[in-house]
Amino acid sequence: MSAVVEAPANAKAAYDARWQRIMDCVALRQPDRMPATLFGTFWLAKYAGVSYKQLMYDLDGTAEIAERAVLELDPDTVSPLVLQTAMGPTLDATGYKQVQWPGQGVGDNQPYQYLDREYMPPEEYDDFLFDPTGYYLRVYLPRVMGAFEGFSEFPNIAGGFYFRLFANVRGFLNPALQDSWARVQKAGQVSQELAEHNNRFVARMAELGYPMGNIATSGAPFDVLGDYFRGARGILTDMRRRGDKLLEACDKMRRLLVKQVVPAAKAAGNPIVFIPLHWAPDAFMSQDQFKTYWWPSFRQMMLDLIAEDLIPMPMWESDCTKRLEIIQDIPKGKAIYWFERADIVRAREVLGDTVALRGNVSPSTLTTGTPEDVDAAVKYIVDNVWNNGGRIILDAAFGLPDETPVENVRAMFRAARKYAG
Amino acid sequence: MSEMTEQEARLVGHLAEMEEDEGIDLAKKMLLEEGADPMRVLELCRAAMDIVGKKFEDGEYFLPELVLAGEMLDTIGAIAKPLIKNAPGEEPRKLGKVLIGTVHGDLHDIGKNIVSFMLDINGFEVKDIGIDVPAATFVSEIEAFKPDVVGLSGFLTLAFDSMKETIATIDKAGLRSDLKIMIGGGQIDETVRAYTGADAFGVNAVEAVSLCKGWMGVNA
Repeated sequence: MSAVVEAPANAKAAYDARWQRIMDCVALRQPDRMPATLFGTFWLAKYAGVSYKQLMYDLDGTAEIAERAVLELDPDTVSPLVLQTAMGPTLDATGYKQVQWPGQGVGDNQPYQYLDREYMPPEEYDDFLFDPTGYYLRVYLPRVMGAFEGFSEFPNIAGGFYFRLFANVRGFLNPALQDSWARVQKAGQVSQELAEHNNRFVARMAELGYPMGNIATSGAPFDVLGDYFRGARGILTDMRRRGDKLLEACDKMRRLLVKQVVPAAKAAGNPIVFIPLHWAPDAFMSQDQFKTYWWPSFRQMMLDLIAEDLIPMPMWESDCTKRLEIIQDIPKGKAIYWFERADIVRAREVLGDTVALRGNVSPSTLTTGTPEDVDAAVKYIVDNVWNNGGRIILDAAFGLPDETPVENVRAMFRAARKYAG
Repeated sequence: MSEMTEQEARLVGHLAEMEEDEGIDLAKKMLLEEGADPMRVLELCRAAMDIVGKKFEDGEYFLPELVLAGEMLDTIGAIAKPLIKNAPGEEPRKLGKVLIGTVHGDLHDIGKNIVSFMLDINGFEVKDIGIDVPAATFVSEIEAFKPDVVGLSGFLTLAFDSMKETIATIDKAGLRSDLKIMIGGGQIDETVRAYTGADAFGVNAVEAVSLCKGWMGVNA
């Protein structure tokens, strides 16, 4: 453990200046310098020379490593570094089944592996649409989290009335349900510890002068249904086989997602809502399919968040260059679009007067290039985006790839200061 | 293929236009009620898939159509294949053999599956050895299958090192000079190609087909 660093005397002013740079970008004003942000997952393991598994399970150690990286790299904002990795105990306690993680299903030094499966067969769309909470409780949660297995016996309370309400109460004595209650309570405690750990990390970062780039996270309605309910084959063929049902479900999911993330973001005290996107890329569906099935519910979700004074920050995975004109259709100065592989220069041309940009030093340069290559990649972004009046927050394409040599990360932050203030 | 009857053309049209219910119903009627030659029905399916592949190359069809086409093909194949009585005739000569798999440490398979599908309908004999494939398995599969091209797929950034290691292992086994190696996946670009030592990379299935055709001396 390194010695505890004293908070600098000017930390509050530094915090405000850093946050103002992000808010300037969002408001489409160019800040005093190009902000650079630290977003990492298992890269912290590379940084500290520990295993991924250690990050997953050693909460204090992870927070200490994260703090060390922040102090060295001196970014303008920080991602919830602890929350993104130290989930091992919570995942264990809930018996989560939709992902494998270091030490559970994959090797100690391998990243999360999402398991693409059909978690909701097509005939259950109607059950989900009719009563999503009942569907979650009795069907979905028992299917994706072991701790909830007994919830399949959850009494059918909706429709109860007057003395019928009491008749249903004895259903809670079901032994399988009681057993699950006990497991869920324990999981709740573990999850609470993680949340408190994250809160301490956020507070510590603030004390040192570093705002968080986001705390709350959500998903796009189509993506959530695709990745976590229907699976890839299911969602792709649903567009052809049951398009109306899919649209109905996207609208329902949108309302559920908003209902969940708005209070979470407000409680966290950070208006930026990070929304990693999965199914938007150019190569996945046609423009017509995108405009019909993917975009409307997500656009409405962003409008819903904006109406609550929140700042949506979608991360457009893969190459979405062909979608730029379509996704331009949101209010100006209210969102951050983070691009992974889309042409960032073209993104500035099309979207520069609509949203702040974030990204996108290439993962291949970061992982296989030299510090000089990384320097040149940052200079390219500065020359072609920042120096053209671009309001851009520098980051890697999807945060730092886990394998990035530490020298290359140092080069990225150094180059940001060297070329853009 | 020989000239099609009006009914046969209708089957091809339904499948190529993603009219799933109509296509499956017609195929069932032809096979189960009218005693159509199952080999002929499979030939019609292939003709429909050729159109699907062309529409994908032209940017009219995307993943939803390729996945649905594959499922329609599987459904009809499951009905037709048990009805085949005689030994199948000589298979049309393939353009070449491609061995494909997702490198070790990576479980992603959608991109690989799409590439396999497109290579198959473009006349290649494809052997898909799955996901999370160790380098040594690639070597033993190459020795057994003797492919002209090896395709390494990977979505995660960790795949860069897995691809590099797999190619080095193939090289060390003395198999490198007899085949071409292409890589593909969400993060792959020229920088990764150079890093791994692959012969080429592709960002989508159409590029993969074009690379393989080029190597086999066929007009892409």
